[in-house]
Amino acid sequence: MLGELDSLTTGALQRVEAASDLAALDAARVDALGKKGSITELMKKLGGLSPEERKEAGQALNVAKERVAAAIDARQTILKGAALNARLVAERVDVTLPVAPETQGRIHPISQTIDELVAIFADMGFTVAEGPDVEDDFHNFGALNIPPEHPARQMHDTFYLPPAPDGQNRVLRTHTSPVQVRTMLSTKPPIRIIVPGRTFRSDYDQTHTPMFHQVEGLVIDEATHMGHLRGTILEFARAFFKIDDLPIRFRPSFFPFTEPSAEVDIGCRRSGGELVLGPHGDWLEILGCGMVHPKVLESCGIDSTKYQGFAFGMGIERIAMLKYGIPDLRTFFDADLRWLRHYGFSILEQPDLATGLGR
Amino acid sequence: MKFTLSWLKRHLDTDVSLDTLSERLTAIGLEVEGVEDRGASLNGFVVASVVEAKQHPNADRLRVCKVDAGTGELLNVVCGAPNARAGMKAVFAPSGVVIPATKKKLEKGVIRGEESNGMLCSSRELELGDDHDGIIDLVTDLKPGTPAAVALGLEDPVIEIALTPNRGDCAGVLGVARDLAAAKVGTLKPLDAKPVPASFKATISGGTDDTDACPLFMGRLIRGVKNGPSPAWLQDALRAVGLRPISALVDITNFFTIDASRPLHVFDAAKIQGDRVFARRAKNGETLEALNGKTYELTSEMTVIADASGAIGIGGIMGGESTSVSDTTTDVFLECALFDPVRTAATGRSLQIMSDARYRFERGVDPAFVRPGVELATQMILDLCGGTASEITFGGKEDVPVRTIEFRTTRVLALGGVDVPVSRQHEILTGLGCKVAGQGNLFAVTVPSWRPDLSIEADLVEEVLRIEGYDKIPSVMLPRLSAVTRSALDNNQRRAVAARRSLALRGLSEAVTWSFLDRATAETFGGAPDELRLVNPIAADLDQMRPSILPNLLRAASRNAARGFADVGLFEVGPVYRDASPSGQDRVAAIVRTGSTRPRWWRGKAEAADLFAVKADALAVLAAIGAPTANLQVTADAPAWFHPGRSGTLRLGPTVLAVFGELHPTVLESLELEGPAAAAEIWVDRAPASKKKGTATPFLALSPFQPVRRDFAFLVDHDVTAEALLKAVRQADKELVAEASLFDVYQGTNVPAGKKSMAVEVVLQPMRATLTDVEIEAIAAKVVAAAAKLGATLRS
Repeated sequence: MLGELDSLTTGALQRVEAASDLAALDAARVDALGKKGSITELMKKLGGLSPEERKEAGQALNVAKERVAAAIDARQTILKGAALNARLVAERVDVTLPVAPETQGRIHPISQTIDELVAIFADMGFTVAEGPDVEDDFHNFGALNIPPEHPARQMHDTFYLPPAPDGQNRVLRTHTSPVQVRTMLSTKPPIRIIVPGRTFRSDYDQTHTPMFHQVEGLVIDEATHMGHLRGTILEFARAFFKIDDLPIRFRPSFFPFTEPSAEVDIGCRRSGGELVLGPHGDWLEILGCGMVHPKVLESCGIDSTKYQGFAFGMGIERIAMLKYGIPDLRTFFDADLRWLRHYGFSILEQPDLATGLGR
Repeated sequence: MKFTLSWLKRHLDTDVSLDTLSERLTAIGLEVEGVEDRGASLNGFVVASVVEAKQHPNADRLRVCKVDAGTGELLNVVCGAPNARAGMKAVFAPSGVVIPATKKKLEKGVIRGEESNGMLCSSRELELGDDHDGIIDLVTDLKPGTPAAVALGLEDPVIEIALTPNRGDCAGVLGVARDLAAAKVGTLKPLDAKPVPASFKATISGGTDDTDACPLFMGRLIRGVKNGPSPAWLQDALRAVGLRPISALVDITNFFTIDASRPLHVFDAAKIQGDRVFARRAKNGETLEALNGKTYELTSEMTVIADASGAIGIGGIMGGESTSVSDTTTDVFLECALFDPVRTAATGRSLQIMSDARYRFERGVDPAFVRPGVELATQMILDLCGGTASEITFGGKEDVPVRTIEFRTTRVLALGGVDVPVSRQHEILTGLGCKVAGQGNLFAVTVPSWRPDLSIEADLVEEVLRIEGYDKIPSVMLPRLSAVTRSALDNNQRRAVAARRSLALRGLSEAVTWSFLDRATAETFGGAPDELRLVNPIAADLDQMRPSILPNLLRAASRNAARGFADVGLFEVGPVYRDASPSGQDRVAAIVRTGSTRPRWWRGKAEAADLFAVKADALAVLAAIGAPTANLQVTADAPAWFHPGRSGTLRLGPTVLAVFGELHPTVLESLELEGPAAAAEIWVDRAPASKKKGTATPFLALSPFQPVRRDFAFLVDHDVTAEALLKAVRQADKELVAEASLFDVYQGTNVPAGKKSMAVEVVLQPMRATLTDVEIEAIAAKVVAAAAKLGATLRS
């Protein structure tokens, strides 16, 4: 029996070694160790032996069984590895194939700039106010101390609509200032608002479009003076243009709705057609401002002997062009996809003071 | 407003540099727009005497000149000008200088055998004019070697300032000088308007018949004048500021216009009819040929100067041709008046005449400077043209109302933010010509006649600040309202931001387009009410406020397609206009897609930009703005500009939140758009505000039991909508049916005609115990029963 075992074991081991795939290996396993396998069959014959023979033969059988089982395991590991390798080779693809095309959406520079303005002025305690684009004479002119003979009221600059039933002129607002009036008429001081929005003037050339955007600022309380105005503009300019030492210059000027009035310049340098912002000795005008005229306060039902404050207004396209190097105003309104992809903003570039404003 | 440095120095004693002067002008609110140093290009050019001019031995058209250029030796210069002659003075360019016209450096040379050490110049070579017939013939006493810029009157820099409309006083050099003196840039020279005694009794008198339109009118007759070219200094001065010298009499009036912002006019007395020159309102239809050669038809809203013959000038704007002075004029009537600024401006605008007189009258001239103006101009006429003067005759009132303002000196700090000592405030206001009375912190400030713009306390604060310097204003932070920044946006403003960002996230690019478009297109897209039609549009096709953003985006898509980009995804979040009232404006997010939403690629076909692409956009916006999207109904009743079978409305009962769909082919055709386009409009402000209070999110009830998924294939009539079927399925068992989604729609083989198959996956989510087979079968039966109410049967 033991002689038979030796030859069976050797045969089984040879088949295991010879198995070229997992199926052949499994067939070898069944033939040797399966229910009717050759070694299993020998085990069944142990019962017919004497106790001493049985012990000896049993031990030999167990050793042989373990040897074959170990050989199967070892062979299985090798064959599995080879099979996996073969599969991996078969699954190889051209990794340089392009991914699915995705269109990147863009936020218009005007919206992005407004969002930046909101982030900056929110941090100084301003909230955002809005008003209608179609205005009447009172809100756009009269309440702002712009008398009927003011040149800005003439056909040349203002878009007119047919008069209202009460006879008042209707206009497309020529500035965002009527929202100052609406806010003061509906709110009690203290007031701190900015007003970004569409404005309209009848002008169309290289540097003027019939529609553009302005942002207005208004602060009304009992103590705000021109120093606060200067501080506010300085902080805005430095935060917006991201230049910590950007200087500003206040120049006396005139607006019917402010007194004293000022125009504000920021520092720059002009060389070879290039404009560089910073403390470089030259100046560039960016906005008009001043202390709200007492007549404006009174027109809006605010006691000018008790309350005072400042207002400012600037062109949004203009500061966007300066900050982002956009050369032509008219292109803002073309909806040219090439332009929008180039100058527009990803939605990940959400203006936020903590993480930094725009580019 | 332009003036030369030397003109300024007629009124201001100063020795500051040009740079300092510019800087100070801007600092006090007289913003310098430019300083033109006209002599700069003539650096190196000098006055030279031509001592000898002989025929060139080898050239018929050339001369060989001996020139004294002040160098101490005579220079040999070859010259081609026919007018070169001995004894003349000319502008000489020594070798080495750059000729302005050619920008070339002049080299010493030999011309046809004769040495030439420079050039005698023509006007054109110096870019001073077009004259190239000969060299400049200088009439001057200046010595050879004197810079040519001096001889040509070009050494004097021209300063241009931008005047704000409140500063009429600085439309004259005198006003600028006054302001600079107040800012301590120099000392104001006294202006001596000595009365010129009358030599005879006036036979023509001045007057006014309308003291509103013309509150004061002065006239004076001057006889025996000799008109002709004015002296060089006066011509140079006028030319420098851009005026063309005409004749001595006219130049004198122009001089005072610039010098003291005091326009005057001279009439040829011989051409005046009758014995009175006066201001009155024009008669409707009255005409006048003005000095510019054009004839104007006047209205009764305009002011004219008239004599017995009718209008002879437009008050405050321009004189008339019929009484204009000429070289043969011997007697003149000098007019100096005040005209109402508003009426003058309106007249100028309606006649479209811009003149130096109008510019000043509409800003307001000094009402106390009428008589001084007459005296100064008379004196200059007598000095330059000879003659004798009558007395001054006038109509209207000469006395000027005085304005006194109560001024608390504390306001400079309280309003202006600058602490200016009271004594300094006193000094500044006095320096500006104010009379300051009162004591302590309360001044009574009487403003000068030339500053009608000063009327309230804040005006005086500005004056003190302006002269003290706006650079003294400190930067002060507004007090913080809260240590941590609060949100600046209200709910609707936040929605606009969310709408924008959600669409950009979906691959659409944001456009900003005009609020107006053409009326016909507006009609197509919702209406063009008359009250929203511009009276004065910038262009005929931009005459109506837009009822919809879509036409603008569709046209933009078409432009992009023309540039080679057919796959367009554009959106705009902006206003549309219903009516002209303050509440007649809505905020809309509009979307246009054309071509495909994704181009073909190696693993897939292009995905068409159809109605389902824009429906998804609309739903994304509604979700982003917090609209209750779960309760939305979809109905197939979009507005007429959409394809009737491929469009829909997203609504909450009667409230339309959005419309979407493919555009109607005829609408596309009317916009000249090729190919299909899909669009959506979402009314951003219309969705109801969330009812949620506080910041907490509703409790999340998680089930420990496994959900069960079951698929059902229903056969339904063709016109049963997906929404109806899904709704029926969801409501079959509200507790257990967590989701019902459509995963297939099929018509064709094995589906009877008029029917369609819709396959729905239902997710059952038990909350209390795992579902048994019996329970699942029971719910499945409920689902089938619910669908059966729509006529649906299970597909076998």
